[in-house]
Amino acid sequence: MSKFLNSVIAATLLASPVAAEKFGLGRTALPEEIAAWDLDIAPDGTGLPAGSGNAIDGDELFAEHCAICHGDFAEGVDNWPKLAGGMDTLDHEDPLKTVGSYWPYLSTVFDYVRRSMPFGNAQSLSDDDVYAITAYILYSNDLIDDDFELSKDTFFDVEMPNADGFIIDDRAETEYAVFTEACMTDCKDSVEITMRALVLDVTPEEEGAEEAAAEPVVEVAAVEEAPAEPEVVAVAFDAELAAEGEKVFKKCKACHQVGEGATNKTGPVLNGVVGASIGHIEDFRYSKVFGQMKDDGMVWDEANLAAFLAKPKDFAKGTKMSFAGLRKDSEIASVIEYLKQFQ
Amino acid sequence: MTVSFKNGKTSRRNFLTGAAAAGAGTVAATVAKAAGDPLITEKQVWAQATGDGVDATPYGLPIEFESDVVRRNVEWLTADTISSINFTPIHALDGTITPQGCAFERHHSGAIEMKKEDYRLMINGLVDTPLVFTYEDLERFPRENHVYFCECAANTGMEWAGAQLNGAQFTHGMIHNMEYTGVPLRTLLNEAGIQTAGKWVYVEGADASSNGRSIPLEKALDDVLVAFKANGEALRKEHGYPVRLVVPGWEGNMWVKWLRRIEITDQAIESREETSKYTDTLEDGTSRKWTWVMDAKSVVTSPSPQSPIKHGKGPLVITGLAWSGRGAITRVDVSIDGGKNWQEARLAAPGTKGAMSRFYLDINWDGQEMLLQSRAHDDTGYVQPTKTQLRDVRGLNSIYHNNCIQTWWVRPNGEAENVEIS
Repeated sequence: MSKFLNSVIAATLLASPVAAEKFGLGRTALPEEIAAWDLDIAPDGTGLPAGSGNAIDGDELFAEHCAICHGDFAEGVDNWPKLAGGMDTLDHEDPLKTVGSYWPYLSTVFDYVRRSMPFGNAQSLSDDDVYAITAYILYSNDLIDDDFELSKDTFFDVEMPNADGFIIDDRAETEYAVFTEACMTDCKDSVEITMRALVLDVTPEEEGAEEAAAEPVVEVAAVEEAPAEPEVVAVAFDAELAAEGEKVFKKCKACHQVGEGATNKTGPVLNGVVGASIGHIEDFRYSKVFGQMKDDGMVWDEANLAAFLAKPKDFAKGTKMSFAGLRKDSEIASVIEYLKQFQ
Repeated sequence: MTVSFKNGKTSRRNFLTGAAAAGAGTVAATVAKAAGDPLITEKQVWAQATGDGVDATPYGLPIEFESDVVRRNVEWLTADTISSINFTPIHALDGTITPQGCAFERHHSGAIEMKKEDYRLMINGLVDTPLVFTYEDLERFPRENHVYFCECAANTGMEWAGAQLNGAQFTHGMIHNMEYTGVPLRTLLNEAGIQTAGKWVYVEGADASSNGRSIPLEKALDDVLVAFKANGEALRKEHGYPVRLVVPGWEGNMWVKWLRRIEITDQAIESREETSKYTDTLEDGTSRKWTWVMDAKSVVTSPSPQSPIKHGKGPLVITGLAWSGRGAITRVDVSIDGGKNWQEARLAAPGTKGAMSRFYLDINWDGQEMLLQSRAHDDTGYVQPTKTQLRDVRGLNSIYHNNCIQTWWVRPNGEAENVEIS
């Protein structure tokens, strides 16, 4: 590099932002505004609020606010994050990374639960509740006793098992120095295919292809079930619409089962839901709002179902169902049609 | 986002039918030549009637025949579609700029809707004067334009375990490349006055996830942009309208959308996104953290599983994309025999730091099977590694930062498949 360029760079650095002029734009942030938004908690505990909670209280809160996705024991439902378990698995194949087995700082748990949870209703918990839920997650990982009172003062009595499990990015030493070779000819003797994506077959098909594949099956079923058809038609059942609904129902499947052998999961089993009284499954623990609706004699008729599916939280304020709602009327109509066939 | 494919499908099944017809097509074309191509010899409706008026489409979308060129998601990857990801259809695009409408999305609590009038940006922490800016305030600072790629650290992550998803869109589509207009973050920080104890900036979004990340002050003062336009127009909702952070060369998770707060701190906050996620577990169980930079990487976008060769042997354009978070792309090599021999591809334009490069290799295909690969070089001297090289250093439990060389197995009928080779 020439001396000239060096001096240009030096000049640019001298004129760098720290010394630059101000534009006088924006206004001073007020203390109450900063307090409302500045919620982050640093690893050293900076930002932890007053309050406290233990796992006994946390158990109930967790069941109410978190278990629908994370499971009653923080073990996780379906693809939702598992928060407990997995100790000493980090050097195994497919390690299980949970708060207990992986998270290095407890501050992160408090910070995230307070700022972003529950999913779909963030920042609705009191600081005491967040301490209690954090304590319950720790208890689920066998890191504290159930009566341990978690607060700002006891926060650092908790040892996070993987606190020393992290190193700062070392690619400069381990990789950048090594990945510099570019052989151009006769770089290897033989090449064998060792794995094929088509054999594994996990790529989603495009919709058109799916329909094409599904068609013959539908035809066969129609032939076999032909005798039953007139009756089905008699209750105004639209098979084509229901088939559309089956696709839409994929969005519900994470939490709801329907059909033969279906059971309650994070959401209640949906057999017979169309036309049933609200909250009709005896052994399912519904949100309070549904208990109230049941007492009021409300029924899952098509109008109520449609309203609920469009905006769950508007129709049933306080529902634990974390689903935001179906956007299209056609999706709502088809999924109701799909559910009709499971009586 | 779940997409639907009503028109112009290029499904594998359609392709197979098309391939069968292709043999016959060669004959048909010859016959057509003798009789004259009816598309030429007969008057077509578009040559006689009139088309749409200028008031038909106030904001245009791609023509219906291109409706398969859309973002797609992979249902089994995530628990739901709200905290999830979709993929840019890179197999069907050319050039380097990604149109906003098909640029991948990754949200942690869904794409929120916010008006410019409701937008506020706070700078607080270790500053002389904590400040609040409105959207209009941001437009009064001197602005800059830069083209940068934004790549999710998990791009190609599914391929750690082996060849999994069959298509460049799915293996390499968590990336887009846009021209951003915005204000350098350093300009805004200077406005607030950074105190000497400040070492980090913590940035967060207005959505429920907040997606907070810690960025070293050095980077924040270097090239980070507070952006409000992409490819000349307002950001799309799904990319953080009205304002997002642009962190050139660094993992997409740090490009906070719906940016609402920047705090100067003396330490990293170690948020969920920078501890439990976006860290890389090595074979011995220890994990790398703060792996911010995206290393040099490339992929052949066509031919590829979703973009098979339909014309048979003869002239063939092999093309793809290359990028590096550490510098400019200086060279891309292509191999058609699984890495035994390589030849230098042609860069469509000289590479620039943190932006995508387009490469081409124009060959005369002999109709034999190919194992297609590409290998990027950047101006630091770094050469894109093989999957074996990466696994030797990191083991098998990594998810993020997989920048390995990708292989497509192209068969004589022109179909291509994602494979792993020795």
